[in-house]
Amino acid sequence: MKKILKAKILQNKKIAEDHFCMDIGAPWLGTNSRPGQFLNIRVRDEATDPLLRIPLGIHRIRKKGVSLLYKVLGPGTEILKSRRKGEMIDVLGPLGNGFDLSVFSRRKNATAVLVSGGHGIAPLFSLAEELRRKKVRVEFFTGAKAGKHIIKTGELNKLGVKVHIATEDGTRGRKGLVTDIVRDYMKRNPNPEAIFACGPKPMTAAVAAIAKEKGIKAQVTYDEYMACGIGACRGCAVETTEGIKLSCKDGPVFDAEIIKWT
Amino acid sequence: MDLKIRIGKVRFDNPIWSASGTFGYGEEFKDFIDLDKVGAIVAKTVTLHERSGNPVPRVVETPSGLLNSIGLENKGVESFKRDAMPFLKKTKAKAIVSIAGATKDEFVQCAKALSGKYKPDAIEINLSCPNVSHRGGKHPLFAQDPVATKDIVSSVKRKTNAMLIVKLTPSVTDIASVAQAARKGGADAVALVNTYPAMAVDAEEMRPLLGNITGGLSGPAIKPMALKAVWDVYNKVDIPIIGIGGIMTGTDVAEFMLCGASAVQVGTANFVDPASQSRILKEFIAYLRKKKLNKASDLIGKLKT
Repeated sequence: MKKILKAKILQNKKIAEDHFCMDIGAPWLGTNSRPGQFLNIRVRDEATDPLLRIPLGIHRIRKKGVSLLYKVLGPGTEILKSRRKGEMIDVLGPLGNGFDLSVFSRRKNATAVLVSGGHGIAPLFSLAEELRRKKVRVEFFTGAKAGKHIIKTGELNKLGVKVHIATEDGTRGRKGLVTDIVRDYMKRNPNPEAIFACGPKPMTAAVAAIAKEKGIKAQVTYDEYMACGIGACRGCAVETTEGIKLSCKDGPVFDAEIIKWT
Repeated sequence: MDLKIRIGKVRFDNPIWSASGTFGYGEEFKDFIDLDKVGAIVAKTVTLHERSGNPVPRVVETPSGLLNSIGLENKGVESFKRDAMPFLKKTKAKAIVSIAGATKDEFVQCAKALSGKYKPDAIEINLSCPNVSHRGGKHPLFAQDPVATKDIVSSVKRKTNAMLIVKLTPSVTDIASVAQAARKGGADAVALVNTYPAMAVDAEEMRPLLGNITGGLSGPAIKPMALKAVWDVYNKVDIPIIGIGGIMTGTDVAEFMLCGASAVQVGTANFVDPASQSRILKEFIAYLRKKKLNKASDLIGKLKT
């Protein structure tokens, strides 16, 4: 079930350069959303420019509603960041499939490896929360170009999550790519139950390659430009070994092994 | 309020329909809108054989517009009959199936396949998708050639007794002459316009924004041009017109009907707001009340000039 809702903005604040966090009051979404799903947001009512909604991954799921963590990247998010607490916002969701956590249902002392690049941390944060509730050990790898874009690590620590950091310019954590530190970790700890990744495609592709090499199941988010978000326009096509799938409806989370990485 | 519209042999409960390619096969919208109250659902175009569509990115936004190059991705007409037709038939909305082909024969085969219990209320012949190429024609699109238009329509007509709507491209010098050719071929109505051939560029990356380089433009950006196309055909050709192009509100519906449309199709708006057709219908009824009109059909072609 998905709905169009007019929900109240409870908070919309800057958390780092170009990064914002918006809390939306919508108990129905709080109850019905899963980590890995997304909302399609109309940044301004009745406007024809921007025309389309923008898809944003659900960052936190709580009883009173959901949160979105977004980076300002274009005209849509530029308007979104100017929206104020107390205003109503038009949201459509929850959309997409979300992460599949069935692998953890019967295992004790399981470990999950989560890998985020840039604001790819947005959906992985709610996943980490959910996994901790299931008593799964979480090793969280987060990377960005610079230390100022490494976010949410304190809150992850509070969840009891082990955080590993890499930055391309070396201003925080290890200098290099996040996938470098994932690779090193896997040498020492080769048997996590599953890997989850969200970030730029070269990063998720590298994670998929590591997972394949180690014989571990990986779930990655795979986005394409989309218009409707509900499977009608067939814009967000993803080529897989099982034929063409849609990022909005069949994804955005896919088993890494079925994606035809190019 | 009498919203009924009759085109050919078919009576529609209201003149607000969904445009092909923007409403899936209807089912995707059932969480958002009472499909029984949609005038007609025009299903996404089907072809004789499965098509995998064009490379991504397939959609990109432009000012007040949506540029797409989906490339008629679909699983083929037989799969459509099995997987989509039963649901379409179950709704009270009229079921219209859009068909396309690379050759005349493929159109004919497709129409033939839609017979018996799979016969829709109408067939929309899509002669104007800007995102596919066809073999042997002298123009990129069939609907840029009045001779090919008439030939395909009359060939389809011989194989089906379903109501025929012919969807035209605005990318021609004289759209009325193509509408005339469709009429002579036996069309019951023409639908106009399909998307405008267009492109968008990322100057920073020095690349096209669509995977297929060019695509078709829809949305509010094209409405003034679409109104002109409807007006031109209304004044020159004696055939019912289905108006399409950037309809977002009930007032937009009225504008198209004033210019001569008997009904309209809502397209891009479905992507912005999946419940838009029920809102647009309410707004259209409010418009008719304000104008003290009791029948929607009284509006057709009533532009004061």
